[in-house]
Amino acid sequence: MPEVTLAGVLAGVLALSLNAYVLFGGADFGGGVWDLLASGPRRGRQREVISHAIGPIWEANHVWLILAIVLAFTCFPPVFARLGTVLHIPLTLMLVGIVLRGSAFTFRTYDDERDSVQRRWGRIFAGASLVTPVLLGVCIGAVAAGRVGPLRAHTTFTESFVDPWLTSFSLAVGLLTLALFAHLAAVFLTLETHDPDLVEDFRARALWSGLAVFVTAFGALLLAPRHAPLMGAGLLGSRWSLPFHVATGAAAVAVLAALWGRRYHLARMAVGAQVSLIVWGWALAQYPLLVPPDLSVDGAAAPSVTLRLVLVILGLGVVVLVPSLVYLFRVFKAGPSDSVRRLPKGGINS
Amino acid sequence: MSDLLAARSQMAVSLGFHILFAVVGIGMPVLMVVAEQRYRRTGDRLCLDLAKRWAKGTAILFAVGAVSGTVLSFELGLLWPGFMELAGPVIGMPFSLEGFAFFTEAIFLGVYLYGWERISARAHLFAGVMVAVSGAASGIFVVIANAWMNAPTGFDLVEGRLANVDPIAGLLNPMALQQTLHMTLAAYAATGFAVAGIHAFLLLFDRQNAFHRRALSIALLVGAPAAVLQPLSGDLSARAVAEYQPAKLAALESHFETGTRVPLVIGGWPDMEARETRYALKIPGGLSFLAFHDIDAEVTGLDQFPREDWPNVRIVHTAFQLMVGLGTFMALIAVWAGVLALRRRDLCSNVWLLRALSLAAPMGFLAIEAGWTVTEVGRQPWILYGVLRTAEAVTPMPGLIVPFLGFTALYCLLGVIVAWLLYRQIIRSPRPTEWSRVYAPAEVLRA
Ligand code: HDD
Ligand code: HEM
Repeated sequence: MPEVTLAGVLAGVLALSLNAYVLFGGADFGGGVWDLLASGPRRGRQREVISHAIGPIWEANHVWLILAIVLAFTCFPPVFARLGTVLHIPLTLMLVGIVLRGSAFTFRTYDDERDSVQRRWGRIFAGASLVTPVLLGVCIGAVAAGRVGPLRAHTTFTESFVDPWLTSFSLAVGLLTLALFAHLAAVFLTLETHDPDLVEDFRARALWSGLAVFVTAFGALLLAPRHAPLMGAGLLGSRWSLPFHVATGAAAVAVLAALWGRRYHLARMAVGAQVSLIVWGWALAQYPLLVPPDLSVDGAAAPSVTLRLVLVILGLGVVVLVPSLVYLFRVFKAGPSDSVRRLPKGGINS
Repeated sequence: MSDLLAARSQMAVSLGFHILFAVVGIGMPVLMVVAEQRYRRTGDRLCLDLAKRWAKGTAILFAVGAVSGTVLSFELGLLWPGFMELAGPVIGMPFSLEGFAFFTEAIFLGVYLYGWERISARAHLFAGVMVAVSGAASGIFVVIANAWMNAPTGFDLVEGRLANVDPIAGLLNPMALQQTLHMTLAAYAATGFAVAGIHAFLLLFDRQNAFHRRALSIALLVGAPAAVLQPLSGDLSARAVAEYQPAKLAALESHFETGTRVPLVIGGWPDMEARETRYALKIPGGLSFLAFHDIDAEVTGLDQFPREDWPNVRIVHTAFQLMVGLGTFMALIAVWAGVLALRRRDLCSNVWLLRALSLAAPMGFLAIEAGWTVTEVGRQPWILYGVLRTAEAVTPMPGLIVPFLGFTALYCLLGVIVAWLLYRQIIRSPRPTEWSRVYAPAEVLRA
């Protein structure tokens, strides 16, 4: 066991906030995907359930992303600078997606006059929900593949700013991310309605998207040894990798089995575990590198005063936020569900 | 357009857009809390209506504030990686604190919006107060980050990197107090005047509308005191600028030659070749007095700085004149309204006051945009005053004009949509079904 450093702890918090974003924000994106793919006789009601589940205050889920960004530039400034430079293009496109998605969703929710304008918001919201996760995955794939190295002199624009992320491996990770978010959302949605027909709709979607997760994960894994040797080595070669794979696989199978047997609460827990294990598998496979090949947790860390203060701030934040969240819970969990439905999901669903 | 200029323009557009929503996020919660407090005290249902509508408006704008703020946090890395790599360990501190302020704001806004029937009156009002406090706190923390860029403290510069970093000293930098005070007041003044102005305008056509009367009085209660204090707080800012950022002071006053008993230059157009300000009104000793409270004080002029270190004097000077002009106008209206109120006159039947207020509706926001232009353009060519140049901080990525134009178009679109939505949802008087309450009996009107 390597010695745990201050920087290591903060890298852990960073992974934790990414984990939270993928769980809560990811489910919101997935909800948008199912909004886009709503079909069959109950498509209108499917969309309603989705929109109530996401809630107009999706910002609470969104804060996890902000937390990750702030932690990155405060505690590991070179990492933030490197990602912003080399991944400029996909990150910018992802931002456009985030802006369109968030604002279109809010406009649709608050603009309660049901007309063609409202449907247009719906389409923008859904389209952006489809594209953004792919771009997020592409960025993660590029980092995992170790292609986000320092800029070299005398390279062309394409070599510096496009080649690092436009690879088959990155795209595979992008698709995996999309499938995972959709799967997550479908599983969560089975618990968001009491209408048995709708539950069946979402169950079918959860099963199909579970299959898509398997296929895309398998594809990414096949490409890994050639395109992401480091990742491959970490994921396949180290001491902890076998138990980790077994656990992730078991969680994935458990989700499908629970869905098959209509044990939705179990399915929700299992899918949460599955997604978290994937995030942590990636983090551990890279450790101690944050951005391979050269930026490591300790090498890229800010001075230790900064790290210590950030930990203090995180502690203070927890002291303020936990009671507030508990309060939110107590106020809204106790009442009839139709008035609860518009609450921030990160707040009442965790 | 060079890549540096494109990056600067993109940053300016993004910040200029975000600040509008941020300001509303700071100011509106105060208005809605005051309205709710009035309802609780007097039982006046119209005030309850107002609180609910304002809360809904805040929620829409909050979402746009959140997405545009997210864009900004990414842009710090997308456009200025050199700056963030250097400054992250210090500037990250206020941003981390800000993160928690957002979170608190989001949680209590949720409680406020959906808790009307579920929690006690006091608990609900408390949630509103929490939204207002955490909104102000988020603003204060970011502005501290900006103040540090203007007056960097808390580190030693060793071989181009920050050493002996002391983030707390960075937080307590010498511009922090002045800028946060000025910005927070600005948010209250701008929101208060915007809301008062809109309702004053509508009152001009519908003099007895009780809904607009309530809204006007509450908005003035928040906006007018802030507008009166704003010139005083601006004076504090100007004196700090004179001490810590002499080049910026010289630019905003269009002051070329160092000297004593320096005149205050009002208006005019800086002539860069002749190094003087044409067509300006000059008050002898005015600048020396304002900057150092001594009409004989020496004030450093632009001549003390190499030409390439000058900010764009024309932009900075003009923006400063604009801010001060708007601020003076707003403060005068606020005093006028205050005098009328003290004499127990009915503000809403004074046509000239209503006209002046309608005219002033956008002024606070314009002053804020102008003020930030002074601060940011006036700091050039430095991104971190005296330490790092903007040109050294910009990303090596070429073709930045593409994202600049893209985001500009996106923001224009969002701006139009938000304005239209607000009109559809908030500003328009209540629908006929709610009329019984709007045209309330006369004794309620006088309350
Ligand atoms: C409602 C808005 C508003 C109004 C009425 C005023 N200001 Fe202002 N001013 C701002 C809103 C603002 C701002 C946008 O909030 C700034 C930008 C940065 C900051 O801290 O506040 C600002 C900056 C700013 C600065 C530059 C600070 C720096 O660069 O660090 C000075 C010197 C003044 N102001 C001075 C004044 C004076 C003398 C005013 C007299 C009427 C005045 N302001 C009215
Ligand atoms: C570089 C500058 C800035 C960055 C990176 C930034 C970042 C952000 C982010 C990420 C959010 C969204 C938080 C959420 O998800 O709820 C936000 C919202 C907010 N920001 Fe900024 N911001 C900047 C400048 C400013 C300034 C200058 C002010 C005010 C004076 C300000 C005040 C606020 C407020 C009050 C909110 C709360 C949301 C709202 O009410 O609209 N920000 N900002």
